Amino acid sequence: MNNRKSRGTTSFLLGNEAIARAALEAGIHFASGYPGTPSSEIIRTIVPYAEKSNVHVEWSVNEKVACEGAAAAAFAGLRSLAAMKNAGLSVALDFLTHLSMTGLGANNGSMVVVVCDDPDGHSSGDETDSRWLARFSYAPLLEPSSIPEAKQLMRWAFELSAEYDCHVMLRSYTRLSHASTLIELEEIRQKGVQSHTDSSVSISPYLAIDKHADVIKRLARIRERFEDSSFNTYEGPDRPELIIICGGSGYLCVRDAVESLGIDQSVGILKLATLWPFPKQLVADHLARTDRFLIAEEVDPYIEIHVKETMVDDGRNGKQIFGKESGHIPAYGEITPDRVISALADIRGMEYTGRSAEYGKKIAAQADPLIVGRGLAWCPGCPHRATFWALEKAIKQDRRNAYLTGDIGCYTLDVFPGGKSLQNLLHAMGSGAGLASGLGQLGRFGYEQPVIAVCGDSTFFHASIPALINAVTNRSNLIQVVLDNQATAMTGFQPHPGTGTNALGQQAPKIEIEDLCRAMGCRVTVADPFDVRSSIRTIRHLLKEDTGVRVLIMRRTCELVRMREENFKPVTVSVDDEKCKGDECRICTSEFRCPGLVWDDLEGYASIREDICSGCGVCADICPFNAIAKEEVA
Amino acid sequence: MKNWPEPFNLVVCGVGGQGNILISRLIGRILTAQGYIVSIGETFGAAQRGGSVFSSLRISKKRLYGPLIPEGRANVILSLEPMEALRQMKFLGNPEVMVLSNSKIVQPVDVLVGRDNYPDFDKLKSTITNLSKHAWFVPATDIALDLGSPIVTNIVMLGALVGSKTMPISLKQAEDEVRATIPDSQIELNLEALKKGYQAALGADAA
Repeated sequence: MNNRKSRGTTSFLLGNEAIARAALEAGIHFASGYPGTPSSEIIRTIVPYAEKSNVHVEWSVNEKVACEGAAAAAFAGLRSLAAMKNAGLSVALDFLTHLSMTGLGANNGSMVVVVCDDPDGHSSGDETDSRWLARFSYAPLLEPSSIPEAKQLMRWAFELSAEYDCHVMLRSYTRLSHASTLIELEEIRQKGVQSHTDSSVSISPYLAIDKHADVIKRLARIRERFEDSSFNTYEGPDRPELIIICGGSGYLCVRDAVESLGIDQSVGILKLATLWPFPKQLVADHLARTDRFLIAEEVDPYIEIHVKETMVDDGRNGKQIFGKESGHIPAYGEITPDRVISALADIRGMEYTGRSAEYGKKIAAQADPLIVGRGLAWCPGCPHRATFWALEKAIKQDRRNAYLTGDIGCYTLDVFPGGKSLQNLLHAMGSGAGLASGLGQLGRFGYEQPVIAVCGDSTFFHASIPALINAVTNRSNLIQVVLDNQATAMTGFQPHPGTGTNALGQQAPKIEIEDLCRAMGCRVTVADPFDVRSSIRTIRHLLKEDTGVRVLIMRRTCELVRMREENFKPVTVSVDDEKCKGDECRICTSEFRCPGLVWDDLEGYASIREDICSGCGVCADICPFNAIAKEEVA
Repeated sequence: MKNWPEPFNLVVCGVGGQGNILISRLIGRILTAQGYIVSIGETFGAAQRGGSVFSSLRISKKRLYGPLIPEGRANVILSLEPMEALRQMKFLGNPEVMVLSNSKIVQPVDVLVGRDNYPDFDKLKSTITNLSKHAWFVPATDIALDLGSPIVTNIVMLGALVGSKTMPISLKQAEDEVRATIPDSQIELNLEALKKGYQAALGADAA
């Protein structure tokens, strides 16, 4: 929606943009989130409407705080949205489980939590299925099957939230969030309200048993509502040979599969959009239509298990359920048209090939040998490449086998083919600091390796701070390297508390990482990763200090952010082929691994790709033979 | 278009950072304006950092399709890097597929490091040609560099797609979309890139 010239009442929108648009049309007052692929475009889309449509928009410090802020707005009688990726929902869950117990305070407020899952883990360390967490946290759950439906479901989610006085969850996924199509736009109309809270009332989850009983009753009422929802649809014959039950991404894959096999006359498709509470009666009615069912969904067998539960409750025996538990649909990963085609062909005993076997053989014989993997790597000019270069050298020179705990951000690319694989342990946001805090206290068990944690600037604020406080107060020994590139780079350069700007690009109080770390009792050093030699010396020195919590801030703006603002190369580099040692060295390409520097196989020395090089000049400092010259651009 | 396959499946692929998303959206909007129902699927995020990226466009006269193309069903593959064209043909290719590729290679990191070798370009080209109905190779990066900006390589390839006449898109429709979408200061450069790509495809021998 951003940067596009208006085209009347329709617009070509990303799934995430359609979700944001629906929230605006529903009249939201408050939107918050923490960036994370594939969710980041939701909050970004709302930013331009902050002024003209009077919406508070913020990038929160983490997902839990985003949900707390959005809930606060609902308690004050407003409409709010919180958006995050699947991993972020886990961060927010402690609050959300309690929020379900209290409801939204009967003050006419409403709140929708949008979670974007990443089946296949395209941009995530896991592909966890958030649908379970809706059930776990007693939240009504809607799941759209297409972008137009996502927009409608979002509008409905706000109505449900207001009506039942609880937050509603909408699950999106990569193939919806990052797909786009033409969407009808309606007017953005916000209800003018005077926000207020009632100081004479105490809203809390205590006494938990009574509140839980109320929540169960609320969910029972919502279930009745879901049984009749027009978003749950059936298409196909009255008495089909087989019914495919699907939701989310599964639905359009099923349509493709049924069309490919030409079996629309004999199979029915039951599409479910209201997934918790599960519409048992509706499903039971369809169980009566036939004896064979295929459940097509991603990632976990969520619908499948609920269908089986419904079968037992409804006293129906003798039904055949095909799906993940029968092995017809893979137990992990995305749902795709081909996965449904192959399940259907298997169940019905049909032969199907997407293309001729002869062509498939040709591909295997001719194409496969020519295709080389394309692993992820840091961008040309990325400061992280220089930081990891310095870390590797310093650790080698230190000779004590330092152990690295990693974190989530662009520096995670260290463990991909373009990186150095220095990070030994890598888990969730902020876990690098927590793991290091633990390792750094194992001296009494003979643990002698120096411990280094790495995290980025946004991650530092999101989840590293409590772990560092834990390390200080428990006398752990570690170095926390903060790779401060002045942006939440991996997800699209969003601001954070250390950038001095907010989501709207306005000036905000800047929280200095070094001040915060000193206040927590850490010793702090700041270095520039592009000054490679000095960075190596600094890291070696910090390793020698050996005790206490030492924070090293490697500060250099993300190269993509700099290029956006400055749009020029600060230096030009060139390779002196007289000095280049050729194949006997090759350090610049085989170890430094910048895409702007390639190996010329014919000539046998390094060369610069002008269309790729960003002009950081670091390669001139890592060449042991001074064969790369850099010249400042005037 | 004669022989319209329902739906028409277009793949736009390349290496993260080459701008495949922008051109797939331009194409999506051009076709939408003509009344086609278009669904685009993309992956971005981590894949941007030097990895293989691709957008799939499902273009229909009847209904909204899901973003994923079934095996062997690409009608056209538009690639900003030659090996990436072949990578998409591996799963989506078929004897009828039309392929348009930038001829400039981008070395994967495993090649930079010396762990792997980039395939011989002539062999790559002849394989793509053998496994497709028609293949066009356009020196899009060189054309863009001549225009003073490697960033418009993607727009050169969009021009080439229009010039190949494999899709129901006219040069004027593409120009109008560029004018409607690209920031004002960049319009002239992009229109020039579009035209150069268009001419390159007309001039290039469809192998």
